[in-house]
Amino acid sequence: MARVIVVTSGKGGVGKTTTSAAIAMGLAKRGHKTAVIDFDVGLRNLDLIMGCERRVVYDFVNVINEEATLNQALIRDKNCNLLYILPASQTRDKDALSQEGVGRVLEELKKDFKYIVCDSPAGIEKGAHLAMYFADDAFVVTNPEVSSVRDSDRMLGILSSKSRRAEQNEEPINEFLLLTRYSPERVKLGEMLSVEDVQDILSLHLLGVIPESKSVLNASNSGTPVILDEKSDAGQAYADIVARYLGEDRPHRFIDDKKGFFRNLFGGK
Amino acid sequence: MSQESKKTTNLTIALEFKTSTFSVPVLILATDDLSMLEQQLALKIKQAPEFFKNAPLVLDLQEINKQGYVVDITELVGVVRKAGLLVVGIRAGNVLQNKQSLELGIPVYSAQGRDSVVENKNLVKVDDVALISPVSSKPEEIKVSVPTTLITHPVRSGQRIYAAGDLVIMAQVSAGAEIIAEGNIHVYSTLRGRALAGVHGDNEARIFCFDLQAELISIAGNYKVSEDLGASVRNKPVQIYLQDNALIIKDIVLHH
Repeated sequence: MARVIVVTSGKGGVGKTTTSAAIAMGLAKRGHKTAVIDFDVGLRNLDLIMGCERRVVYDFVNVINEEATLNQALIRDKNCNLLYILPASQTRDKDALSQEGVGRVLEELKKDFKYIVCDSPAGIEKGAHLAMYFADDAFVVTNPEVSSVRDSDRMLGILSSKSRRAEQNEEPINEFLLLTRYSPERVKLGEMLSVEDVQDILSLHLLGVIPESKSVLNASNSGTPVILDEKSDAGQAYADIVARYLGEDRPHRFIDDKKGFFRNLFGGK
Repeated sequence: MSQESKKTTNLTIALEFKTSTFSVPVLILATDDLSMLEQQLALKIKQAPEFFKNAPLVLDLQEINKQGYVVDITELVGVVRKAGLLVVGIRAGNVLQNKQSLELGIPVYSAQGRDSVVENKNLVKVDDVALISPVSSKPEEIKVSVPTTLITHPVRSGQRIYAAGDLVIMAQVSAGAEIIAEGNIHVYSTLRGRALAGVHGDNEARIFCFDLQAELISIAGNYKVSEDLGASVRNKPVQIYLQDNALIIKDIVLHH
């Protein structure tokens, strides 16, 4: 059975697209045919992070409007042949998406793919709503600071009341917490909320912590999902997250401040 | 492919009949003096304007008819509508009142919620009689055996839960969430949002929570904001009740 994953947060700039790219690549690398869809119509970014911006012909809106078929619009990833990208339209806005159209595209993708990762735009308006509406699982990306945590909380409320599963009284969406841009040093200095603080407020299953890392910026700039940078701390953290999502039991890392030791061991940062 | 899915959408069923149960406030009328009704209704609404705004309402005419008052349903409905309430039914009306009501497109309900018994002596029990304030002949709102609302999932920021009776929440209530009950509120976890108990004026309503970090607490319109909560009650299991129009916050554990 195919699963639809939404990567969402409410707040902008917390790492949704980075996470979508990394998770989709991670799932594909583990042998699952995966599609990743950019729902941020008008502010398309996923293609840049995935490094396929020069190969975009048709986009999500074209498929919804039946101006192109899915096969014409899906772009095969250059690093992994089990991964496909459906880019957003840059010349349109969120109103170009319709619930019926999104549902139809997802149904069609489900026939062929194991995982469909929906990269949600920020906010709680139409784009974000449609990105999460059909989801089976939700990755809630949160930064360790109060406004991001509150926005995630709001988004969790929307997931549990406005999604298709909620509306049709089905089993609720599985919700997972991803804490990104985490810096144990800054937690120690009291400049950042700790993992415990965030979990206390959100009471949500923690799928993983992504440390604040230069490798994320480097990966974005070079158009390769950070998970492919196997030496980097962030890349490993995402690999852990994919493994945990697939049911493996892996201890949490990057939560404690283990200066020197970890850094030397993994050559991170 | 896409054409196929288009066909399927065309076959979608357009409607479906389902049965649902709603809790609707009942307005028991004790006088035929419409201006007095109007005045007292306005006073009631002033206590919680948000909750009365466009609220559905059933008019109970039992008391009026018992007293032998004659009321014109059209005028009565006019008064209630003017107050911003929407009449969705009348009950315990006589033949003329029922006829007038139906002419206005307002459904007619049987005298007593479940089984209508004209000579209902002991069956009426708590419901109406006890709740009609003995002191004044004020129109009083009543709760007809309203069930407790149980919530087992976290109440997230931006969510709003309204219970016509008691509200029991087995998970946390986030900052920015709002839980509202006409009766008591129990939160068996951390309360960070806003909690309003006894919103229809029940001074006896209480709020109980395992860990008080609320943004606002209110009982029957008497409220305190987070800033007013002292360190002695914060982050503690407490109960909140009303005494002489003052909110009392006390440790839930009894001290002897």
